[in-house]
Amino acid sequence: MNIKTIKSEFPIFSNKVNGKTLVYLDSSNSSQKPKSVLNSLDNFYKNEFSNIGRSIHSLAVNATNKYEETRMSIKNFINASSKDEIVFTKNATESINLVATTFGQQNIQKGDEILITELEHHSNYVPWHYLRETRGAVIKFAPIDENGDIIIDKLKELITSKTKIISVTHVSNVTGTIVPIKDIVEIAHKRNIPVLVDGCQSAPHIKINVKDLDCDFYVISCHKVYGPTGVGILYAKKKWLEKLPPYIGGGGMISEVKKDKITYASVPEKYEAGTMPTAEVVAFNESIKFIQSIGIENIMKHEKEITDYALEKLKTINSVNIIGNPKNKAGVISFTLKGIHPHDISTIVDEEGVAIRAGHHCCQILHEKLGLAATARASIGIYNTKEDIDILCQSIEKCRKVFE
Amino acid sequence: MDLKQLYQDIILEHGKSPRNFGKFNGYSHHARGHNPLCGDLVQIYLKLNNEKKVEKLTFEGSGCAISMASTSIMTELVKGNSFDVAKNIISIFLNMIKNNLDIKSTELNEDQKTKIMSLSGVNQYPMRVKCATLAWHTLASAMDEKKEEVNTEITE
Repeated sequence: MNIKTIKSEFPIFSNKVNGKTLVYLDSSNSSQKPKSVLNSLDNFYKNEFSNIGRSIHSLAVNATNKYEETRMSIKNFINASSKDEIVFTKNATESINLVATTFGQQNIQKGDEILITELEHHSNYVPWHYLRETRGAVIKFAPIDENGDIIIDKLKELITSKTKIISVTHVSNVTGTIVPIKDIVEIAHKRNIPVLVDGCQSAPHIKINVKDLDCDFYVISCHKVYGPTGVGILYAKKKWLEKLPPYIGGGGMISEVKKDKITYASVPEKYEAGTMPTAEVVAFNESIKFIQSIGIENIMKHEKEITDYALEKLKTINSVNIIGNPKNKAGVISFTLKGIHPHDISTIVDEEGVAIRAGHHCCQILHEKLGLAATARASIGIYNTKEDIDILCQSIEKCRKVFE
Repeated sequence: MDLKQLYQDIILEHGKSPRNFGKFNGYSHHARGHNPLCGDLVQIYLKLNNEKKVEKLTFEGSGCAISMASTSIMTELVKGNSFDVAKNIISIFLNMIKNNLDIKSTELNEDQKTKIMSLSGVNQYPMRVKCATLAWHTLASAMDEKKEEVNTEITE
């Protein structure tokens, strides 16, 4: 695998940022897009555009077929049982809101408990908070230890007869913790509790097999998987999609509409109301092909190598403190620098063309636990090289010089 | 853009050793500023005496070098002035940062102008303006005896 060739597939890297070569270390936030995805968007709008699923002219049939091809690719990518288990949404946030709202309507009564963890992104907390506000649900947080690993025994202890759903991230967007989802699902299913997995940080980086995980719901954000913005994925076991009520109402999600009665389309269309981001869904198929052309195992191997190299190098800088030391870590490295606020770090390294994120990364609960208002975060994508890490470290040294 | 314009020595120095830091007993006005997205937090305490003069002005808080230095410099510039002059200094500062306006005030001496100008580099960094202005809006809020928390992530 030649990373230089892979990197050359991403047009953005031929541009300069602040006069410097771009070192993009913000892939946890959103990834860059390869040429094939951009070409697909362009080609679809130029040559193939039509809305899907409604008209019967040739363009519409072709567009519908392509849209469904992406659904099929995703089914294979995550090893779902059927393509009917794949729902397209606006983003992963909407996917979680969809489950929280519809599951909540049907299953949450006052005093019922929702179990999440201290690692969760706001998008896997706020939608459940709505159920606390509207239905009187109780939210419990499974704690993490000092390494950033979820304490599974404590999670177990927090499960009661009132626990209705467990919602947990696959990979932390702050500590990079890879959560043992299979173990959690096993614990939950013994008590007949469904599990939602937030796969935003895992989908681009590790192999996903929903059948093996046996989770009930799995959400993915396509723009983090080298795909376009505006598309999210909800995987749900078919029994759930059939059982839960619809979410957004409108065209495309109905079967029969009468003045006194409406019946809904079968799944997954039941959850895809209105015109969907057609071109973006079609283009996302190219993202999956891109990943498959490299091979997810190769991606995992490469990113682990870069992550290990980064951890090693950052540790040699005295004032760097790396946040968390989980048993299994993905390519997400949050850190602080003694005496320098993360926002100052971000501004200074940006001058060197280095894009990192500073802040709480939408994880205020976790930052409160860590006793930090903000951290700096470098996150790895397939296009990152050891040279990128060298430039990051040099620019961190520059921060220290500015603040000396 | 030039980093040296942003991180001038005076800013780094104030960021490291902020002046007038800490709460004091007997303050007459107080306000809290908080930018939840970046986590910057500032509490302003001031005492207006019978002649409506800012007799004492201190702050507590945490944040980036820009926000800490801006707050520290603000306390030095504003302390000892009348209510109206203090308000004028706030508007001079905000005009400089947000509208890139030159400082022509006769109320500031050369040393004070140098201090306030040291923060002018921030206007080249739109994402950092909110850091620099948080304390100043919070001070204005304290003086106006407004109750609600100040947040410059929404307003700037």
